Amino acid sequence: MSVTVKLPTQLRDAAAGNAAVSVEGTTVGEALEALFAEHGELRERLFQDGELRRFVNVFVAGEDVRYLDGLETAVPAGGELTILPAVAGG
Amino acid sequence: MTPSGAEFIRQIKSQITEVDPSEVAEVIGNGVAIIDVRETDEVAQGKIPGAKHVSRAYLEQRIEGAAPDRSQRVILYCAAGNRSALAAKTLEDLGYEDVSSMTGGFTLWKDRGYEWEKPFQFTPDQRERYSRHFLLPEVGEEGQRKLLQSKVLLLGAGGLGSPIALYLAAAGVGTLGIVDDDVVDVSNLQRQVAHATDRVGVAKVESAMQAIHDINPGVEVKPYQTRLDASNIMEIISGYDVIVDGVDNFPTRYLLNDATVRLDIPVVSASILGFDGQLSVFKPHDGPCYRCLYPVPPPAELAPSCGANGVLGVLPGTMGLLQATEVIKLVIGAGEPLIGRLLLYEALGATFTELKVRRDPECPVCSVDPSTIADEDMGVFPDYEAFCAAAG
Repeated sequence: MSVTVKLPTQLRDAAAGNAAVSVEGTTVGEALEALFAEHGELRERLFQDGELRRFVNVFVAGEDVRYLDGLETAVPAGGELTILPAVAGG
Repeated sequence: MTPSGAEFIRQIKSQITEVDPSEVAEVIGNGVAIIDVRETDEVAQGKIPGAKHVSRAYLEQRIEGAAPDRSQRVILYCAAGNRSALAAKTLEDLGYEDVSSMTGGFTLWKDRGYEWEKPFQFTPDQRERYSRHFLLPEVGEEGQRKLLQSKVLLLGAGGLGSPIALYLAAAGVGTLGIVDDDVVDVSNLQRQVAHATDRVGVAKVESAMQAIHDINPGVEVKPYQTRLDASNIMEIISGYDVIVDGVDNFPTRYLLNDATVRLDIPVVSASILGFDGQLSVFKPHDGPCYRCLYPVPPPAELAPSCGANGVLGVLPGTMGLLQATEVIKLVIGAGEPLIGRLLLYEALGATFTELKVRRDPECPVCSVDPSTIADEDMGVFPDYEAFCAAAG
């Protein structure tokens, strides 16, 4: 099932400049693994010891996956996964 | 035979409900709309606390702003109880279900010794300047008074701070504090619209003050030409009603969060990079704080700055004005502030995404008693030293 992963500005250089990448997966973890298979550099940016790094927030349908089932959170077909990093620019 | 004026009023009074001031005094604040239908110059001399002013001349046009719900109980008063009786008849004709007129009016109210207040006085210039606000029921005289008496602190007079300063000044925010230690550089002018080409080299707080006074000389500007740090933050931010975060670095954002949670001051926060912006309102203890959303900052190599990565000049304008809007909503108490929600704007795709931000029950800052947040703990996060060193 196809899922859209929306990438913030500071991660796009590691994803061939794409603002959104379409991947296969039924959970957040599967979708991210599929993303890393295409753009390997992103793994280290987002993961540490197999877990999401604490400064990376991932949202499915507007909800923070930390308050859902983490990487096990289901993503519906055609769903959208938003990666939100902290930004300090002003 | 046509009736005399006095007879006409007597007939109207027999068709409406009248209430004694003693009953009005009892129901004040219990969800009853108290409406003062006198003229502006009469209201200026004194009114019942909490009463809304809709002069009889504008009753039909403006009553819905003051009392939108026709089933709500409405009590009208004037000076002596005659004009309010006529107004009560009008409201009944408009479909208001529970309308009454206070007998004896404000004169009797005062004579009986009930509480009254002298309302805030707008100058003729203010009446003209803010006339478009007065016309909005959500702002009105009450909202404008709140704006004029509000104190808002802008952290940064840069990309975000510039449009915020201009629009909040125009809106009539009474006191605008501005913290910035920088001077205007020509590379700022692509987006920092409070500054000007002939002010390159001038301190940003001075330049912004000039721009603010050009648009509204009535605003009191408090310039702080300094960098916010642990040694000065409590002194600078105390006493402000709302703080607008437009700073360009993480250490200050964390420090600000911790200090504002301790002092219980809401923060309207935005950040920008490239073509993307984020916006949220952190109202201590009503919703999540900055640390609930971002417990730790990203390492420096993943935290690019606008200086290093660039930013679309219009973007801080868009985000800054969304911030200014949230500030005004907080001050006047209108609408749904962006508490517990984060708005993500992507300029290239022209999309807004709303994300839910939850309060972390284990947040090291906002889950504890604010008075226990020690000075030395504020703005501190794991690897703080390493972070700052790496950020250089």
